[in-house]
Amino acid sequence: MATNMEGTRHQAAAIVKKYGIILVLLLMVIGLSIFQPAFRSTANIINILNHTAIFGIMAVGLTFVIISGGIDLSVGSVLAFSGVIMGAMSQTAMASTPIWEAIGPFPFIIALAACLAVGSSCGAVSGSLIAQTRIPPFIATLGMMTVARGLALIVTGGRPVSQLDPGFSAIGSRIMNNTIPVPVIIYLVVIALAWILLNNTKFGKSVYALGSNRAAAEISGINVKATLIKVYMLAGFLAGLAAIVFSARTLSAHPGAGTGYELTAIAATTIGGTSHSGGIGTMWGAVVGALVLAVLRNGLTLIGIHAHWQGVIEGAIIVVAVVIDMRKNQVKK
Amino acid sequence: MAEAACLLEARNITKLFPGVKALDGVNFSVRAGEVHALLGENGAGKSTLAKCFIGIHQPTSGEILLEGKAMEFVGTRAALSAGISMIHQELSPVLSRPIMENIWLGREPLNKLGLVDHKKMYEDTQKLLATIDMQDNPKTLMSELTVAKIQMIEIAKAVSYDSKLIIMDEPTSSLMDREVEQLFRIIRELTAKGIGIIYVSHKMAEIFKISDRFTVLRDGAYIGTRNTNESKLEDIINMMVGRDLKEMYSKSDHQKGEPLLEVSDLSSGKVFSGVSFTARRGEILGFAGLMGAGRTEVMETIFGSRRKTQGKIRINGESVQIKHTRDAIKRGIAMLTEDRRRTGIFPVLSVKDNMIYARLPHYLNKLGLLRLGQMDKDCAHYKERVDVRTPSLRQQIQFLSGGNQQKVLVAKWLLIQPDILILDEPTRGIDVGAKAEIYKLMENLAREGKCILMVSSELPEILGMSDRIVVMHEGRVTGILENTPDMSEEQIMAYATKAAGAQPGKDTPNVKESADDGN
Repeated sequence: MATNMEGTRHQAAAIVKKYGIILVLLLMVIGLSIFQPAFRSTANIINILNHTAIFGIMAVGLTFVIISGGIDLSVGSVLAFSGVIMGAMSQTAMASTPIWEAIGPFPFIIALAACLAVGSSCGAVSGSLIAQTRIPPFIATLGMMTVARGLALIVTGGRPVSQLDPGFSAIGSRIMNNTIPVPVIIYLVVIALAWILLNNTKFGKSVYALGSNRAAAEISGINVKATLIKVYMLAGFLAGLAAIVFSARTLSAHPGAGTGYELTAIAATTIGGTSHSGGIGTMWGAVVGALVLAVLRNGLTLIGIHAHWQGVIEGAIIVVAVVIDMRKNQVKK
Repeated sequence: MAEAACLLEARNITKLFPGVKALDGVNFSVRAGEVHALLGENGAGKSTLAKCFIGIHQPTSGEILLEGKAMEFVGTRAALSAGISMIHQELSPVLSRPIMENIWLGREPLNKLGLVDHKKMYEDTQKLLATIDMQDNPKTLMSELTVAKIQMIEIAKAVSYDSKLIIMDEPTSSLMDREVEQLFRIIRELTAKGIGIIYVSHKMAEIFKISDRFTVLRDGAYIGTRNTNESKLEDIINMMVGRDLKEMYSKSDHQKGEPLLEVSDLSSGKVFSGVSFTARRGEILGFAGLMGAGRTEVMETIFGSRRKTQGKIRINGESVQIKHTRDAIKRGIAMLTEDRRRTGIFPVLSVKDNMIYARLPHYLNKLGLLRLGQMDKDCAHYKERVDVRTPSLRQQIQFLSGGNQQKVLVAKWLLIQPDILILDEPTRGIDVGAKAEIYKLMENLAREGKCILMVSSELPEILGMSDRIVVMHEGRVTGILENTPDMSEEQIMAYATKAAGAQPGKDTPNVKESADDGN
């Protein structure tokens, strides 16, 4: 009978399903390495990682949010808002038209702390709304997305914030004989800490429980509301961290910064296999998903595909990834 | 023998699921114009068989003949167009849309332009409803209808498909008596037209009233088919249960200990009030009553998932405040909820993760990290103890059978080493084998000195397992009964319906309680 063949096919399908995304990443890397020698240069690889850092950090936060069964559309705007606050606080005395003339400049470290605090606070507001009123996360964070962007414009009057503290160029620089960018180091540290947070702490486990079955989580004694608020605070905190990296790279802060980044971060998380129905997702998935997007963009540019087409291809890949993801998680009949 | 008008015939149907033989060589037939009841306990395979007929499941082996022709349905659409439809127990109407759109959903009549012909849809619906004695306006929204009417609409829909065979799964579970009468009248009209009905129900009175023949399944096996008017109730129950019920229950007489849980004058808003009882170490206290008597709500209040408005709870003589499930868990109370899917399992998480959540705070080390190794060890230990059958602890729990899921949840609560276990309908929807194992486990736990509160709607279970029985009616305790060997279902029902002329709820339990405590 055909059962044997079918069995083999089943096994192959199972492997593709389980490791699908990492296989895709490997194929892309191998293919590009062979056909585009420029791709495999150390400089290019580091460049890719450097580009991944900002939305990669945000994708780490989104992973927690999406596993909890939610979504956060506000992280791009929160990046801008926390970024301009930090920028305004750290403009040097040389700046020609400082945002906050009367106060500041603040010590560099205080500006950084404020940035992270603003990001976390935005998340805390979204999270509290979601936990207390039970409005859908989509709506709560859509509101926060618009509000944070608006606040960023109000604070700056719509102008970019430049002439920042020299500390930013240090964060944007490269260490170890000028090879490894600091943002990449930050990204790796974030991944490691988030990995521990997700897998080895009560909070991480609670996020999975919450996303899988909120009522059962309540019954199990999990503090569902507190966990929800923390999840969105974490996403906001990481958006603030992304703002620091952004300003370090551009040596400025901009009220229009991060537009659309939330979608890239959501895409990375989704490609990495985190399920939007909640309860399913991994940290390495968020990393692989972000790398897939970054390698794809880099590769398409190297091959010489027009930027307009890149969006089309990226979009198609996201949809295919979700289709695979949904099949993987379907209950077998 | 082959009847002239055998509508549907299933021969030797076997259906395998991973790790479970859901159906094992089942034979079944329906004649035109016949009501054929399909009987069996929960998990006997009734709904699996029904799902084979409507194309949701495909039998692993065996054949299904419709009017003598072998059929192989893949998907409900194929079954529908062949003339088989099913009224599910849980209806899923599109509540925000009118009756007519619900009936013609997916096959709306179109006009020449290819747009929906609302006029024709309206008229067709009117005619259709008239055939089952309904006068409702086809434009009425589904959300405005009672459950009974929604069910009638489902039947109308089945008729509109020109169904030759209609399967009804527990059709009366949410109907009033008057509505049941109406349903039966429609069933008779349908059968008069030669339509065959497969009637799945637990209610014996209905079976005798409406069915011509019945078939009994047990643990997926075919037990037999009989003519209803030649059978007695005892015969049917014997066929369904098969073994001596007493063998299943493993109640033994061991010494009861100190009073552990004392509940006095407990109330939660208008849901229940003045509930008092005492439970001892080593005791299984059964909670009987009709649906809506407030038993589950009492348990939720003790467990902290429902707000208490009045009353005291004492554990070991010490008055305790339980405001959240966390408080209850800290006090050594565990609660297996009645609705496994809704409030029990985390479907996409692993068996292991499903076990650990109630005990999570205990696994933190000094750095605030979880001791994963200890967690693995404990889970493996409790998996053995309650005998969960799973290929691995990493398996997603949704792929386990109902009985195994239930055992995982029992393990989850044993993991917190509770003194008091609340079990709400602990054997609902699980197969007979797993049931017996759960009973055994309960008995062992009681013997270890744990105190068990068991809410159950199955009286044989209450009688088979409880040391004492708390009976509730409309939010009040109407009796606390010693479960003596001569205790009968009728006696309990008398208190549950208050037909016994029992004293007004509030005083009775107190009197009995003090008498018990004096022993």
